[in-house]
Amino acid sequence: MITLSHYLFLAGILFAIAVAGIFLNRKNVIVLLMCIELMLLAVNFNFVAFSRFLGNLDGQIFVFFILTVAAAEAAIGLAILVVLFRERRSINVDDLDVMKG
Amino acid sequence: MLTEILFYTFATVLVGAAIGVVMSRNPVHSVLFLVLCFCNAAVLWLLIEAEFLAIVLVLVYVGAVMVLFLFVVMMLDINIETLREGFTRYAPLGGLIALIVIIEFYYVLWVKRLGLDVTGGVAPMPEGYSNTEAVGAVLYTDYVYPFQLAAVVLLIAIVAAISLTMRRRPGLKTQDVSMQVAVRRQDRVRLVKVEVEGEQ
Repeated sequence: MITLSHYLFLAGILFAIAVAGIFLNRKNVIVLLMCIELMLLAVNFNFVAFSRFLGNLDGQIFVFFILTVAAAEAAIGLAILVVLFRERRSINVDDLDVMKG
Repeated sequence: MLTEILFYTFATVLVGAAIGVVMSRNPVHSVLFLVLCFCNAAVLWLLIEAEFLAIVLVLVYVGAVMVLFLFVVMMLDINIETLREGFTRYAPLGGLIALIVIIEFYYVLWVKRLGLDVTGGVAPMPEGYSNTEAVGAVLYTDYVYPFQLAAVVLLIAIVAAISLTMRRRPGLKTQDVSMQVAVRRQDRVRLVKVEVEGEQ
């Protein structure tokens, strides 16, 4: 029988892979964005699983809103990335030091 | 029994694809692995009867967001080699962080327990139950204002993305329709009185 713990553990593994991915690909902005998408997927997994196994639909509504915001975030992030690439001909995080941060 | 086999099959592919996203050398392969991830996640959501979100994940995420990613990755001319340097150096640290995150999840869910039974299953929904209808009934009543706000967020995202990426290059010979429509007679037509030469 599939239980809540199966889904929670799967989501945990997914989230951990995404966190490791952020550490591994810290130079490539596109892969960083993809790792963030992966993290959001893991969070959505938790929401859907809790919503189903606790019998409350509000979790699925939350997933709906997270998907909306993630789509907006991806669109704006990629737009910024395109402008950045036009400006600097590179998406290496190390090259983005205009603000001396 | 069949549910378990399906769950473990798709969960394995999902984790494998997630590792592929993180590890693959080419960003295009990363995006394609991410598409595989989302498809497997949709199937896993179907298994716990969240049909509406599973379909939305495939249609919206794979159909729109991932295609956008693919467009951008293919449009940008990226030098992969410089982006990959330091990968092996950070690999042990990344693995350690992943392990710590997994241990934390394990501790919170199985040791602290959160006061809920995580090992119980749930009975399947009765025949004739529509997940889409149930989600819609909650979404359009209790969550109608957040729903409108989500629409505003999307509108802002559209405006922001277009205004960020639109550029006017000087010297481009495109036609400006509004200027063409707004032109007046005196801008274009000039009547010249030509003096007639004296008759020979």
